[in-house]
Amino acid sequence: MGLSEAERGNILTVSYDKIFNWARRSAIWPMQFGLACCAIEMMAVLDPRHDMSRFGAEVFRATPRQADLMIVAGTVTEKMAPIVRRLWDQMPEPKWALAMGACATCGGPYRTYAVTQGVDRIIPVDVYVPGCPPRPEALLWGLLHLQRKIDRMSSTKSGKQGQAAAL
Amino acid sequence: MSRPREHPRAVVPYRYSLGDKLYLPLLVGLWVTLKHFVRNLWTRGSQVTIQYPEQRRDYSHRYRGQHILTSRPDGSLRCVACFLCATACPADCIRIEAGEQPDVNIEKYPVVYEIDLLRCVFCGYCVDACPEEAIIMSNNYDMAFFDREQSIVAIEDLQRPFVLDPSRLGYRPSYPEEEAKRAEIRQGLFDLVEEAKHRQGGSGSGARAASV
Repeated sequence: MGLSEAERGNILTVSYDKIFNWARRSAIWPMQFGLACCAIEMMAVLDPRHDMSRFGAEVFRATPRQADLMIVAGTVTEKMAPIVRRLWDQMPEPKWALAMGACATCGGPYRTYAVTQGVDRIIPVDVYVPGCPPRPEALLWGLLHLQRKIDRMSSTKSGKQGQAAAL
Repeated sequence: MSRPREHPRAVVPYRYSLGDKLYLPLLVGLWVTLKHFVRNLWTRGSQVTIQYPEQRRDYSHRYRGQHILTSRPDGSLRCVACFLCATACPADCIRIEAGEQPDVNIEKYPVVYEIDLLRCVFCGYCVDACPEEAIIMSNNYDMAFFDREQSIVAIEDLQRPFVLDPSRLGYRPSYPEEEAKRAEIRQGLFDLVEEAKHRQGGSGSGARAASV
């Protein structure tokens, strides 16, 4: 959306933002991607009991090209880190990252040379969900936080700027 | 003497009946789906889904959620900054700075008490280690942060007012409400036994009186 500075206050862009944000927030497709035990809880979110599809986020894509959200569920080891980064780079914009659990958010109990101390060292994380592993409800809470963040995004500002405006 | 069975030379293809050709067996599956669909539409309580943000699951009183720092009746922190929780913590997520308490019986109090909730693995070892019942856990799991600075909670966050709601309390050294319930059940059983004894004793004495 290439709009000049002068056009940014336009009422039309505000409605555009609303429609775009509504569409983006209502169909967050996560990437089918789990690294450790948190992935088990991530699978539990998909079952009928917790039912992530109530938020339009049940379509786990097996390829990063079709995904909007990367749920980093589990311990990111130094060996795995370049692969995670590569998958992130393969995802098309707009994209979001959710770090799930103690290991992905900051290394958790593993303060060792083999574990990346937080996945935010390699990819920009939007929402952090604590827990070891987080309850399925906690992940849904994180997803709701992400939806709130997407709601405040502005499509007239691209990439980082739009996300910065959301914060 | 029976002839050995002839080995089949060719695969006999499955013969589709008219029903198969009209895809009727498919309807059986569709009927099952439709039955469940209709039942879920009109029968309350047949859905297994928890409507999460509105409806919360009832977790146990031993659930290990966000931490709570308890207070003395005068409102001061019960923590004496002994560092036992920080030592027991496997994730090393507790940071304490001790200050001198004017009361000589207490000696120390925490000037800074910070828990990094992202680093924390919610194991409850801090609760087990605490000699003062100063740190307990709630069953609050609704935590999500936009950045890592938000996740470091200090004393004022750990003393939040939701701790006053007894239904939100989690893992802690003692469970007064459970003990009260248990005592009630025990009292009920005791009463039953007493009543039965009384009844039996009454009839027994009557019989004895008749024999004498």
